Amino acid sequence: MNVDGTLETEMIVTNLEYYPGMEIAQHLSLVQGSSVRAKHAGRDFMASLKSIFGGELVGYTELLHESREEALQRLILQAQSVGANAVLNVRFSTSSIANGAAEIFIYGTAVILRPAA
Amino acid sequence: MTQLAIFAVLLLLGYGFGQLAERRHYRSIKKREQEMTALPAIASRHPPSGEYYQQRLVIGSVVVASDYFKSFVANLVNVFGGRIKSYEPLLDRGRREAMLRLKQAAKSQGANIVFNVKYETSRIGGGITTIEVLAYGTALIPLESE
Repeated sequence: MNVDGTLETEMIVTNLEYYPGMEIAQHLSLVQGSSVRAKHAGRDFMASLKSIFGGELVGYTELLHESREEALQRLILQAQSVGANAVLNVRFSTSSIANGAAEIFIYGTAVILRPAA
Repeated sequence: MTQLAIFAVLLLLGYGFGQLAERRHYRSIKKREQEMTALPAIASRHPPSGEYYQQRLVIGSVVVASDYFKSFVANLVNVFGGRIKSYEPLLDRGRREAMLRLKQAAKSQGANIVFNVKYETSRIGGGITTIEVLAYGTALIPLESE
């Protein structure tokens, strides 16, 4: 994923259920990608200082962004390994599993798309 | 005594800088929202069929913290229950900022609409209330006619 929140890959990844102009040739499987990240001690210290004053904590925004990128890469790898060319209906979920650690989970349906007849 | 002084200083700092940050953030949000009115982001799951579009997943996310003062007030209110007014702007700011970043991502791809937008909010860490807001959706990018 790029810094501006867009994805650079051959794989079609979308959170819609179909793709205009294409039809689903085969549903393959549910694919998923996840990533657990802990906060960096230095970043954490700066962030806790900054949180006294309020406002955006840029360090954490970046951290979660990287984490999401990694989870998405894993989702795409898994989709490639089952032979898909698209992942439809993708969903994101985040849970904080312990103090200072968050899990990013992304899942979707791997399918093979072909141009509509 | 020293502890009380530190507490008072933190409260004051939180109040002053928190208010300042909030006001500045709202100004910037309103300005950018004006610029983005041409690009709608909607929650519909069904894009128009027949027309040829490229689809691309776009996301926008932000981590925002409340401040020391507001967290303290919220903790007080928590004792009696009721509406916690001091947290409402925090969530509002987070959502609007995430949406603006989503739209910015869509715009840089040349999209003219974003479908199936979903929000997700999660709490980060303890201490002063910090939230992460994620907005994601599918940008429709018109294919150039050949």
